[in-house]
Amino acid sequence: MMSDSLVTVAYLVAAVLFILSLGGLSTQQSAPRGNAYGIAGMLIAVAVAAVAQVRDFGLLAGAVAGGALVGAVLALRVEMTSMPELVAVLHSFVGLAAVLVGVASYLAPGHVGATEGSIHQIEVYVGVFVGAVTFTGSIIAFGKLKGVIGSKPLLLPGRHLINAGMLVACIALAVPFLGAEPGEDLRSLLIQAGIAGVLGIHLVMAIGGADMPVVVSMLNSYSGWAASAAGFMLGNDLLIVTGALVGSSGAILSIIMCRAMNRSFLSVILGGFGADEGKAPPKAAGSAPAGEATSITAAETAELLREAKSVIVVPGYGMAVAHAQYPVYEIATLLRARGTEVRFAIHPVAGRLPGHMNVLLAEAKVPYDIVLEMEAINDDFPRTDVVLVIGANDIVNPGALDDTTSPIYGMPVLEVWKSKHVVVMKRSMASGYAGVENPLFFRPTTSMLFGDAKKNVDAILTSLRATAAAAE
Amino acid sequence: MKIGVPKEVRPGERRVAATPESVSRLVKLGFEVLIEKDAGAGAAFPDEEYELAGARTAPSARELWAQADIVLKVQPPEVHPELGHEAELLREGGTLVSFFYPAKNKELIERLARRKATVLAMDQVPRVTRAQKMDALSSMANIAGYRAVIEAASFYGRFFTGQMTAAGKVPPAKMLVIGAGVAGLAAIGAARGLGAIVRAFDTRAEVREQVQSMGAEFLEVTIQEEGSGVGGYAKEMSPEFIAAEMALFLRQARDVDIIITTALVPGKPAPTLITEEMVLAMRPGSVIVDLGAEQGGNCALTQPGGVVVKNGVTIVGYVDLPSRLAPTASQLYSSNLTHLLADMGGAKSFHVDLDDNVVRGALVLKDGELMWPPPKPPAPPPKVPEPRVPAATQPPAPLPAKGGHGAHGGSSAGPGSLWLVLGALTALLLAGSFAPREFVAHLTVFVLACFIGWQVIWNVTPALHTPLMSVTNAISGIIVVGGMLQLSHGIESPVTLLGALAVLVATINIAGGFLVTQRMLRMFRR
Repeated sequence: MMSDSLVTVAYLVAAVLFILSLGGLSTQQSAPRGNAYGIAGMLIAVAVAAVAQVRDFGLLAGAVAGGALVGAVLALRVEMTSMPELVAVLHSFVGLAAVLVGVASYLAPGHVGATEGSIHQIEVYVGVFVGAVTFTGSIIAFGKLKGVIGSKPLLLPGRHLINAGMLVACIALAVPFLGAEPGEDLRSLLIQAGIAGVLGIHLVMAIGGADMPVVVSMLNSYSGWAASAAGFMLGNDLLIVTGALVGSSGAILSIIMCRAMNRSFLSVILGGFGADEGKAPPKAAGSAPAGEATSITAAETAELLREAKSVIVVPGYGMAVAHAQYPVYEIATLLRARGTEVRFAIHPVAGRLPGHMNVLLAEAKVPYDIVLEMEAINDDFPRTDVVLVIGANDIVNPGALDDTTSPIYGMPVLEVWKSKHVVVMKRSMASGYAGVENPLFFRPTTSMLFGDAKKNVDAILTSLRATAAAAE
Repeated sequence: MKIGVPKEVRPGERRVAATPESVSRLVKLGFEVLIEKDAGAGAAFPDEEYELAGARTAPSARELWAQADIVLKVQPPEVHPELGHEAELLREGGTLVSFFYPAKNKELIERLARRKATVLAMDQVPRVTRAQKMDALSSMANIAGYRAVIEAASFYGRFFTGQMTAAGKVPPAKMLVIGAGVAGLAAIGAARGLGAIVRAFDTRAEVREQVQSMGAEFLEVTIQEEGSGVGGYAKEMSPEFIAAEMALFLRQARDVDIIITTALVPGKPAPTLITEEMVLAMRPGSVIVDLGAEQGGNCALTQPGGVVVKNGVTIVGYVDLPSRLAPTASQLYSSNLTHLLADMGGAKSFHVDLDDNVVRGALVLKDGELMWPPPKPPAPPPKVPEPRVPAATQPPAPLPAKGGHGAHGGSSAGPGSLWLVLGALTALLLAGSFAPREFVAHLTVFVLACFIGWQVIWNVTPALHTPLMSVTNAISGIIVVGGMLQLSHGIESPVTLLGALAVLVATINIAGGFLVTQRMLRMFRR
């Protein structure tokens, strides 16, 4: 057995390493080091906890080996386009672990370090609640991202009442729970966990496709708070610190996403976007962008790109779905070899996960210094010859800036229409997740390239290669 | 509708307002095109090609002016060598589209007003996005910038590009471009193409990237002052700034071989940027090309329209650079005209739309009535639009900037968050009064950790938000420690079982999270 002070110091070291780990992510250069700090911190924490607290090493080794194996397989097999799903499922595991730890901690009272009496009971109760919401919510998020569950928001009548009712029930159940002797009223705890689970399901079911980045970041935050709550019930500062770090990280990401959509956090969480307001479009139909969209062929797009001096590519979820990032990268390489300036513009909510597009482009080997955020590149559109919009819609909608009747009015968007020519690749004229018409498509400088993004990008690439070969 | 394209009468003007290519586009728009004999001769477009494209050669200039509903010209009307003033030749109520410079041509406006003419000045087309295809000034500036480099090269007695030859080394020419507008950028491009080392100066900091993207070095003075004016032109600067700027130019004059100046302030004489002292500081054999010559010149010694040599330095003050590249200039200018006519409805529905801000901007006379200057354009829309929040007192929340700090946390402050803070304070006080010491200690740690997390996470670059999520996934697997605490209750205890399960699940997170983060981070490369 190690001395308590030594254990505490080791935990302190681990906590500092975790902070350094998150700090390391501030730039791409320092990020791998950050990840290494995180791994080191985790190894220290687990090793110290094992030496200090575990007697049955066989069981521990078995559980750890099993978990590590599953985790490794998941991590190495996952496709970058499926990152949102993986992240969601990992959140659910933290939630599940929090529930398990909470219940176990309740059944084994009087543990060293745990606070006394009713405070401990409250901690357990809250911890299990947060854990259960995270667990089921993340499972639903996973299902939605994976496409197993429809991404349309499910809107039960009086859903806010239902949520409030469930919350009240959980609070009401706390009364008998706290009244009973510690360890005796498992029933109330489990019922509460069940209700919390249903609450998690219902909360996430009500949130639709384009809001998924917020949901995932929010669940990220919850998983942190769940870990923190577990720390409180076990009297373990390392858990508290780590949980708080993760919790604030998720909260910040949620805020960033919400600002990027010009929506309040509450309205996203309560769900129903694109459905409540979905009733509005017929009314707004009078002001619907009139005119005809011009379509263009892949060969003509290639011609435009050949003549352009500067090109900006705006990727959206459609690029991820079609796996078009590799040919897009090759187009960029070809054009750059000809001396064309090629850059990528990333809107904060492009994709289904914060930073998702960056990861996909990085996977396709696009150098990160030509991948720019919205604020960094928005002023450059006026002097750009061609903008290639691949599978994005709402994030390039000029209505967000000038149409006060648009449901997405006020959302910051990439101002692609200021460039000399915009080519929008889309499967059809259908509107985006927000259900909003996009006047961009009807602008005189916009051409539409309909069809599967991958096929079209491939066709452009072939055409560009043909002329490159002819030039040699 | 008949369009007439006369031959330009100004001596030395080689451009023409239509090319065979633009004629065929005009014919497609439904116009009938009349062209004066030899109108395109100066720009190497023979009459036959115009006829092949669908134009008719007018029997005489007088006939052409009399028949045409719309006359397209390059230069403003002036005295015709044989027929009197061109303004008097225009059909009563006819339309004229040409460069016009209404500020300088009051008398000409009166003449045309008496003819009940409609006049569109191509030099007044506003510089807005939609009008780029009709922006004749930019077309001409582009050509002037290119031609300036060609003129410089012909007067400069050395190579532009550096060479190592068997006979020895030739250094590359160094060029300074003052003013990085359309002409300046075109000059940079042409000079870079010839192999010169190019530096550029402009009072507008926003053009830095454009200069750099053309391959030139962007020079700066130490004084910070933003020189952007309306409509993409530079504005006039403070005396301190000008002093610093002049010092910079003097230093550069000693070093460079060629200076091209393109500084023009709309409606004012060109600012003098190159003083006699600077000219004397240049090496003999150096060349200055002054694109401001038409407005008096950016160089004190410039002779507008001519070439002077002072102390071995050649100063080129040509005012007809676009005309010296007549075929290309005619092609671009005629294309600008065609776009304008197409926007005005083509032949079938040709009309002057006062609500069209491009047409309105270019309009000088409408049926003899003075329309110039147009009403002031509205100020450019603010970058961040007002959000649709009913509470108008709340300013739009700024987007989190890269490398932002904790200040972001407070930016959403409103009455709601005030209550939140009060509530949190009350809760803390309650906890302090009733909770055990140990709980408060944990709470302290928790709150501090939240603040640290808040500060650290704002610094994470948005590009790494996905790795951030996966790494937080991994470290929230720290809950494994909680599971491990429960492992020691004996194998048959349900507590142990629950603990083991928690360990298993949490380890998936740890292993999966860290591994996938590593996989992603390895992909990020420059």
